[in-house]
Amino acid sequence: MKVTKEDLQNVAVLSRLAIAEDQEEKYLGQLDKILTYMDNLSALDTTDVKPTTYALPMQNVFREDVVKESLGREAALANAPLKEDGYFKVPKVLED
Amino acid sequence: MRLYEKPAHVLHDMLVNKEVTAVALTEDVLKRIDEVEGDVKAYLTITRDEALAQAKAVDEKIAKGETISFLEGIPGAIKDNICTKGIKTTCASKILENFVPPYDATAMTKIKAQNPVILGKVNMDEFAMGGSTENSAYHPTCNPWNTDCVPGGSSGGSAASVAAGTSIWALGSDTGGSIRQPASFCGVVGLKPTYGRVSRYGLVAYASSLDQIGPVTRDVTDCANILNIICGHDEMDSTSSEAEVPDFTKALVEDVKGLKIGLPKEYFVDGMDPEVEKTVRAAIEKYKELGAEIVDISLPHTKYAISAYYLIAPAEAATNLQRYDGVSYGERVESDDLVGMMTKTRTEKFGEEVKRRIVIGNYALSAGYYDAYYLKAMKVRTLVQQDYTEAFKKVDVIMAPTAPTPAFKIGEMISDPLQMYLQDACTVPLNLAGLPGMSIPCGYSASGMPIGLQIIGKALDEETIIRAAYTYEQSQNYHNEMAKLGGNN
Repeated sequence: MKVTKEDLQNVAVLSRLAIAEDQEEKYLGQLDKILTYMDNLSALDTTDVKPTTYALPMQNVFREDVVKESLGREAALANAPLKEDGYFKVPKVLED
Repeated sequence: MRLYEKPAHVLHDMLVNKEVTAVALTEDVLKRIDEVEGDVKAYLTITRDEALAQAKAVDEKIAKGETISFLEGIPGAIKDNICTKGIKTTCASKILENFVPPYDATAMTKIKAQNPVILGKVNMDEFAMGGSTENSAYHPTCNPWNTDCVPGGSSGGSAASVAAGTSIWALGSDTGGSIRQPASFCGVVGLKPTYGRVSRYGLVAYASSLDQIGPVTRDVTDCANILNIICGHDEMDSTSSEAEVPDFTKALVEDVKGLKIGLPKEYFVDGMDPEVEKTVRAAIEKYKELGAEIVDISLPHTKYAISAYYLIAPAEAATNLQRYDGVSYGERVESDDLVGMMTKTRTEKFGEEVKRRIVIGNYALSAGYYDAYYLKAMKVRTLVQQDYTEAFKKVDVIMAPTAPTPAFKIGEMISDPLQMYLQDACTVPLNLAGLPGMSIPCGYSASGMPIGLQIIGKALDEETIIRAAYTYEQSQNYHNEMAKLGGNN
């Protein structure tokens, strides 16, 4: 196996996903198969190859910093699962 | 012949000549939905009342003698990952089950400026991850040519609705083949424009360096006309191209004399269905007859494209999908603490394939594996792109199958993710290189399933693709044939 149970659970925590113990074997099997296929990349010598992030030439885009109309508070909050007094509401983060 | 069977440009002329009203046209397509949507299941949301109101307004405008634009009064469908103000946009995910965008995607704003009739939002693989529309959290969509088969994906609802006559045109999106492959499976025309041609603002992000919105249509003429509408620079998308947008309808010319068509040998190997190969090669022969010159070429890094794509796309997806945290929009599953709430929300509301890609993506990006996987994939992306650059020094367009097989049966591959990924062998290399590509119907398998020919162009050269596609289309009759479904034909 290329991925250990520990690796899998670490990545799950980073991904904010819970992988139940009885799901681990299925995940590991699928990941192993996929990553084994991807090993074909290691046959390629890419020492002097530059990585491509965007296929077409990209430049940073600047614009004037002018005030324009944007989404109002109500519209921005309209899809919030929980809100109060014009704010998003989340479970308590800090201890008392 | 019913109205729903006609392409948009024919219907546009009929509206202009007052041979039909927009209301009559819309009612005919809605009737078609009543007749076959139960079998096809292309839609997630149908906006029937709004559609009829839009049609009525267009008829009033025509009655006053005003001129109408190309899509005005013509019923179409929008893939459910393109934000539509006031209309639910779910991405076929449970996590966006009740999401109503407060704004329109730029492509949608451009479409709406035409006053079309919007029939609703169409099904897809959840977050555009998949090639069969089986990953929709709501229901699979069926192929109108054989409802036991998948319509392809991820824009399966777009292609199936256009093929079934439950829409006249549709918008889809293509990250690794998601417009071209379903177009191929459903016997319609689908174009992925050059990366940056169409603004991604308001397209729910899957893999930002690969995603493009594009048209799904009955024929090449409709495709060129809709491309004219949706392309153009947008300051809301920092990757939007500033290149001038030509009038693509000027490329609707029947002439491929002297056109150099490259045939990449790497696209005709390994597990390709013999019927697909035979049909595509017959189409190439037709091009030869029409005066084109066929050139054998090699794109040697093709076999690495799937690996690179399935590292880059999940890595970008893992990053993009971090936003679904149960806080600002989307569903939330309550828990006592913040991290618990986020974890529960994502675990319960994301589907299997989405979770799998987030895990692969974060694995490829994590310390210790970054160089071996993600960085390596980005370097291979350079090599894949260089292959095309070299090839296009010798040829004007490249032709290949769109997919290695015709549409497969629902359930046939869903349990084997790798097998499903390998289906994308002919489509993902273009996305890695940012190039435009079109799928047009070029024949049928023995069991009557459509087969698509893929035409790949240089960056920003959709015009040569359109000219080549149009010339072939006009020499054949595939664009006039529809799936036998619900008693038509």
